Amino acid sequence: MLEIKNLHATVEGNEILKGVNLTINPGEVHAIMGPNGAGKSTLSAVLAGRDGYEVSEGTITFDGKDLLELEVEERAQAGLLMGFQYPVEIPGVKNIYLLKAALNAQREARGEGDIPAPEFMKLVKEQIAFMKMDPSFLQRAVNEGFSGGEKKRNEILQMLILQPKLALLDEIDSGLDIDAMKVVAEGINSLRNSQRSILLVTHYQRLLDYITPDHVHVLVDGRIVKSGDKSLAHELEARGYEWILEESAA
Amino acid sequence: MSAPDTFLNRLTEYVSSAVDEPSWIAARRQAGAARFEALGFPTRRHEAWKYTDVSRIANGEFALPKDAELSAERFDALRLNFDAHRLVFVDGLLSETLSDIGALPDGISVEPLSKALIDNHEAVGGQLGRLANVDFSPFAALNTAFAHEGAVIRLDAGKVIEKPIYLLFFSRSGSPVMSHPRVLISAGANSEAMVVEHYVGEQDAANFTNVISEVFLDRGANLTHYKLQEAAQSEFHVSSLHVDQSRESNFASHNLNLGGALVRNDLVCDLNGENAETALWGLFFGQERQHVDNHTQVNHNSPRTFSNENYKGILGGRARGVFNGRVYIKRDAQQVRGYQSNANLLLSDRAEIDTKPELEIYADDVQCSHGATTGQLDENAVFALRARGIDEQTARGLLTLAFANEVMEATRLPEVAERVERAVAGKLPERFNLEGLVEVSE
Repeated sequence: MLEIKNLHATVEGNEILKGVNLTINPGEVHAIMGPNGAGKSTLSAVLAGRDGYEVSEGTITFDGKDLLELEVEERAQAGLLMGFQYPVEIPGVKNIYLLKAALNAQREARGEGDIPAPEFMKLVKEQIAFMKMDPSFLQRAVNEGFSGGEKKRNEILQMLILQPKLALLDEIDSGLDIDAMKVVAEGINSLRNSQRSILLVTHYQRLLDYITPDHVHVLVDGRIVKSGDKSLAHELEARGYEWILEESAA
Repeated sequence: MSAPDTFLNRLTEYVSSAVDEPSWIAARRQAGAARFEALGFPTRRHEAWKYTDVSRIANGEFALPKDAELSAERFDALRLNFDAHRLVFVDGLLSETLSDIGALPDGISVEPLSKALIDNHEAVGGQLGRLANVDFSPFAALNTAFAHEGAVIRLDAGKVIEKPIYLLFFSRSGSPVMSHPRVLISAGANSEAMVVEHYVGEQDAANFTNVISEVFLDRGANLTHYKLQEAAQSEFHVSSLHVDQSRESNFASHNLNLGGALVRNDLVCDLNGENAETALWGLFFGQERQHVDNHTQVNHNSPRTFSNENYKGILGGRARGVFNGRVYIKRDAQQVRGYQSNANLLLSDRAEIDTKPELEIYADDVQCSHGATTGQLDENAVFALRARGIDEQTARGLLTLAFANEVMEATRLPEVAERVERAVAGKLPERFNLEGLVEVSE
């Protein structure tokens, strides 16, 4: 599904990623953890196609395509969707509009026609109920005046409607209280299936109490220095990042 | 030869061709001509014209239109296609073949001015020019000198008209002509109507349109007024809309400007009776070298009158916009509420806006506010939309349109909203206002 090979990336001339290698197969859930400044958000930004990040070396292949050759919107249309750490407020654009426009943009890219209105309504109603959001959110401007938890639920709602091949969730747990985290985790878990992959980027282990990853990677100073299964996350929780830093320095 | 002479020579030509006019209009025509001759075109030394240079109009050569010929194809290409009582003017002249007033309820009339001047000239004479006299501006004087055609709409007390009244002013491509239409709307007590003034130019049109609209609202009358201005990129459009509101009357203006090389709109709303209410929505969208100037003036002449004004400017390329909004509250006009807001979006570094809110308050128990802001598109929002699969051009168009959201939401006529959407945002993947599409009741 996603293959990152020897990825080097610089921001304003500073090399942040220094040779990341990562392979995610269909149906797998991966978590990337790491201390602040390790390059987690740079990796997310490069995958999403944000401006200001220069890839100096390496390749990223997504679903057989050269991801770095794709525009931001083409990545989304191809099925790579990013859930943002800080979802942006978009005054004047209703949630319902964004959902429908985004869904139809994807369908168009796949050569399908617009989704029929009744089908769309049914889909939206089901998913908004699942995310325990009030239907009035649909008529509100995207994220405008939403609480932190509501914004994150809204990100997951978009995922549930747009059904990506790979969901990239950047610090999706930040700013969530425990109840909101459960709802968000439930939403993410419901995305799991044998074809869809999920990449969680997180500083804290606590999200992984609710979403069990198949693989956990530790990103330190622009490289993945350790990979393991979910027990690695628990070890990090218990021992912090220090021992890994020492281990990787040795 | 000074600029006014060029225009007034046309008048001689014009008067000799005008027939069967009541004598009072000939007298006003002379007064208008005399006033215009004395004033000349305004220059930027005049405070009200500080940001708008009209020399391109003053130095222009505009003939008088000879006919109103227009094929059905050309008409269909630009008109709004909706169910309405319709009067069509081509380069300012009435097109009987394209007009379709249809059946009107008793007590409601929609007539071309040329006809009303003959059939109903006393009533027309009593109101025409009462709000917009020759001193209002040189353009008003010029209009008065040439005024001959336009629309007269009258509603008797209590009359409600369901369908909109559609006044289409169609500007043809070809050698430049000028027209000076007049619109007169007189709404009796508790009557209700919607009027759409639509100015549209064919792509290569280079005409000068100088229109005056006067609106009289009797007690409790309710009028929704749309002005959709889609002049061609080389056209000149000058307009003024004057509204006289009696007590408990309700006026809503939707002033939507998309076209024109040089556009100046004046809107003067007099709230003359208690509980009169006015809502002024405005949108001006300029690209390339377009210049769009909106001057509004709300006069709270009576206590307990209410105004709410919201103008949005969107300017790209080297376009230039002007917003000058004056709210005046007369001495001892207490318990007035007057709100005004002007927000502008600059889509390029070379676009420019001059915005000037003016509040003049001579009463102490009032609630007023005004604000003006200017900003640019939020690049994070552009990215967020693209990250959901929406292409960049659409994302930018959508956010540009979203900037005008309140004005768009107030635009309840779908045919009009669609024109604005298309102009501002291009073709969007969805209708912008999805309200009602999704019933979300449990």
